[in-house]
Amino acid sequence: MELKRVVVTGLGAITPLGNTAKETWTNMVNGVSGAAPITHFDATKFKTQFACEVKGYDAKAYFDRKEVRKLDLFAQYAMVAADEAIADAKLNSDDIDHDMVGVIWGAGIGGINTFQAEVENYAKGDGTPRFNPFFIPKMIADIAPGHISMKYGFRGPNFGTISACASSTNALADAYNLIRLGKANVFVTGGSEAAINEAGLGGFSSMQAISTRNDDPKTASRPFDKGRDGFVMGEGGASIILEEYEHAKARGAHIYCELVGAGMSADAHHLTAPHPEGLGAKRVMLGALSDNGIDPSDVDYINVHGTSTPLGDIAETKAIIEVFGEHAYKLNISSTKSMTGHLLGAAGALEAMACVMAIKDGVVPPTINHFEDDPELDNALNLTFNEAQKRDVKVALSNTFGFGGHNASVVFKAL
Amino acid sequence: MSDVASRVKAIIVDKLGVDETEVTPEASFTNDLGADSLDTVELIMEFEKEFNIAIPDDQAENIGTVGDAVTYIEENAK
Repeated sequence: MELKRVVVTGLGAITPLGNTAKETWTNMVNGVSGAAPITHFDATKFKTQFACEVKGYDAKAYFDRKEVRKLDLFAQYAMVAADEAIADAKLNSDDIDHDMVGVIWGAGIGGINTFQAEVENYAKGDGTPRFNPFFIPKMIADIAPGHISMKYGFRGPNFGTISACASSTNALADAYNLIRLGKANVFVTGGSEAAINEAGLGGFSSMQAISTRNDDPKTASRPFDKGRDGFVMGEGGASIILEEYEHAKARGAHIYCELVGAGMSADAHHLTAPHPEGLGAKRVMLGALSDNGIDPSDVDYINVHGTSTPLGDIAETKAIIEVFGEHAYKLNISSTKSMTGHLLGAAGALEAMACVMAIKDGVVPPTINHFEDDPELDNALNLTFNEAQKRDVKVALSNTFGFGGHNASVVFKAL
Repeated sequence: MSDVASRVKAIIVDKLGVDETEVTPEASFTNDLGADSLDTVELIMEFEKEFNIAIPDDQAENIGTVGDAVTYIEENAK
């Protein structure tokens, strides 16, 4: 059977850089940092006291009071991002067969705020269990796609993907493959995360995975810089509408670009450390390119995982050089996590959005906060330091790697 | 309105997001006030907390209206 083509017809986002996709993208191109001291809770006793939080978010502006009590913050971000993407794609129409619209959503952690609150409440009591009946349906990571389907009546395939920081890239990959197979015409995909609380920050902090540059939060996320000291936690949501090409054409949808490949692999090496030679990273990029026979030399831009950790950034650049050879030095490479922080399960969708917009606008967003070259990295690579670069991007690749050794990559191509 | 009735009403308004005027003694949680089974469980738990009582499951099943709740609490609250 012939596989179908898949295009992007809608975008939505609520991120540390803005509460819409447009605002997020504008700030990304302008090199704005989303980092600031933590406001969600008192982080005085924590080693790291800053993060990339969503700014000026008021749940009441999006949800009624009864609704919001049943939505963990990660699910709220999912709804806000998906609402924008669905409106952008004009999907909320009776002319669309709702049985053939699915939702696949990535969240690496899920409702950790709800989990923490319920356990705290229990621990304070006399041992009598008084758990709220909404505890479980608020917390579970798959509830986000459930809510989206209930709001819009989308009755196609519906589930969550969990692969830590690759989660929403896996959501895109699954949606892509299911559309190619004809299992649905449209998918609302994306990811969201809201883990900046005591448990989330404390947990990542004790792994020594996050930056402690408390005196200068805005420069803390500095992928590929010699002084990088870990990632910066982010939060928010990003949504991408994927649609079968003929379906999109027939209804006159605005098409941003085509999704032409999705790779998946495992490092099979360590809980949290990347494979030192970037073995899984290499295989995942090759896998994504092979779906539609994209030659590595056709790629213009790679939005890297590039979290600003000492080991991860080195392993990823090694893998890029192995896959792309001499062409690696002609590519634009950037880590938008330098601005957004690390949105964990939402990172893949947000960075895929950056690839889509780079193709649409012909501009590569920068890796900000570059101060000093790291001699352990190949500095002949164009890592798009500090300022956006104009480039006619025809093909863009997004890499994401998750704790557990999960790797997922997607490739977008101008139509 | 009794003290119990006004406190019960406040909990219902807060949890179900309904207007105060809808919370009449005859109003059924599920048929009139839009509660689903989980909302109802949550309401019972809130009543228990507010009035420091334990409502056994077999009793809770009989509390279907605002008036049922007020009567039960008035009879059982310490």
